Amino acid sequence: MKTLLETRGLTAFYGDFQALFGVGLRVDEGETIAIIGANGAGKSTFLKTLVGIRPNRGQDITFDGQPIGGWPAQRIHKAGLAVVPEGRRLFRSLSVEENLLIGASGGRKGPWTLKAVYDLFPDLVEKRRNPGTALSGGQQQMVAIGRALMSNPRLLLCDEISLGLAPKVVRAIYEAVPLIRGRGTSILVVEQDVSQALAVASRVYCMMEGRVTLTGRPRDLSREEIAQAYFGMEAA
Amino acid sequence: MVWVNAIIQGVLLGGLYALFAAGLSLMFGVMRFVNIAHGDFIVVAAYLALTVMVSLGISPWVAVPVVVAVMAATGYLGQRLLLNRVLGKDILPPILVTFGLSIILQNALLETFSADSVRLPAGALETASLTLGDGIAIGILPLAMFATAIGVIAGLQLIFYRTPLGRMLRATSDDAEIVPLMGGNNAHIFAIATGLASAVVGVAGIWLAMRTNFDPAAGPVRLLFAFEAVIIGGLGNIWATLAGGIILGVAQTVGAQIDAGFQILAGHLVFLLILIVKPTGLMPRMTG
Repeated sequence: MKTLLETRGLTAFYGDFQALFGVGLRVDEGETIAIIGANGAGKSTFLKTLVGIRPNRGQDITFDGQPIGGWPAQRIHKAGLAVVPEGRRLFRSLSVEENLLIGASGGRKGPWTLKAVYDLFPDLVEKRRNPGTALSGGQQQMVAIGRALMSNPRLLLCDEISLGLAPKVVRAIYEAVPLIRGRGTSILVVEQDVSQALAVASRVYCMMEGRVTLTGRPRDLSREEIAQAYFGMEAA
Repeated sequence: MVWVNAIIQGVLLGGLYALFAAGLSLMFGVMRFVNIAHGDFIVVAAYLALTVMVSLGISPWVAVPVVVAVMAATGYLGQRLLLNRVLGKDILPPILVTFGLSIILQNALLETFSADSVRLPAGALETASLTLGDGIAIGILPLAMFATAIGVIAGLQLIFYRTPLGRMLRATSDDAEIVPLMGGNNAHIFAIATGLASAVVGVAGIWLAMRTNFDPAAGPVRLLFAFEAVIIGGLGNIWATLAGGIILGVAQTVGAQIDAGFQILAGHLVFLLILIVKPTGLMPRMTG
């Protein structure tokens, strides 16, 4: 299987504070990868560094065969790496449909069009003229995912898409994951919700304090190993 | 009848103030950028128009697009090469830089054109008017000026709400940080906003040149009128800016009717009154 994204020894700093200590991660084409970890483990920092809204010059990041470290964020986006940002970050003066359309600004061609996104999330059709922020949390998350898909990414990064949503809504959103992968888009989700992550991922990475502490296929990992890697202590 | 006349003249004058204000409002709306040199940019455009039409003798039909295009291109490049460098979370550096620009521009104009006040002659148009009976006459020139303001604002509205570019500008206004994650280039979008604002400044400068005498020091007062129009109307709503311009214009012409020396003061007083009664402006809405 072809490697789509690979990082080696990725580091990140906020001033003097080091947030990431050499993170290595690989995503193969067609995979669904989950990164799990507690608050402050460095998961979001890792995604922001990947997509270039945090400085990534000189970092060893290979995407689709190209070294993208130091590229401006819009160039990384156009190379086919899209992100659903933490907290959704919909544009509040744009309608739902405009939010989706702006995702396509990069001009990449592929299976994802307005129609395809509405087919994936039929709830959005009747809300298309509403302001993006006048929707329920779950629907807003659908818009954020749709907006990222509109760029026809090779790899879709999802940052905490279950955060603040009811379990039922989270399940509904995760039902879309296999459908997205079925259209040829690989997926990397960052989750605090471990069971959701294990259910959807082909491989998981567990992070703690800026390092990868465990990696493997969900069925090969025991609850104890995950608790150890997630909290840094033996499970009670 | 003199009062009705004063109000009509004020409304038409409000169109010019809306033209002054539109560019300021646009730049603030898209990137929270306060351009202290805005008034001087308008005066630069006025001198540019004067130079192209009078000194070079080029026909207005060619000169107007040339002035607007030169202003737009200069705005784009100025943002890209200079102003983008000072844009950030802190709003003070842009204010300082544009304050410096304001002083430089005024002195450069003084050096080039001297302190004599000048005017762009509009020929027979200057005195042409429509008589509405009963002693009320509307000058063709102020009417055309008002129509231009409506046209420019409608055009901006069209760009902002009906085009992909406008969508991108509004998105940038909402949350510039994540626009690169949509494939947008902040530096380019900011420069487009300034280019667009500068095109409007070009139009405003041409009308300023035809309407009044101006000199190299005429900028700061225009900046003040522009600020007042934006704030009276309410930030981030371009039609409200037109309303703000009209209120300011009417206040000034009615004030002048009371006493010729009262004109500018009356405008400021109405502005202060609205600031006290409704500090967010009459029709605030934080969109493009």
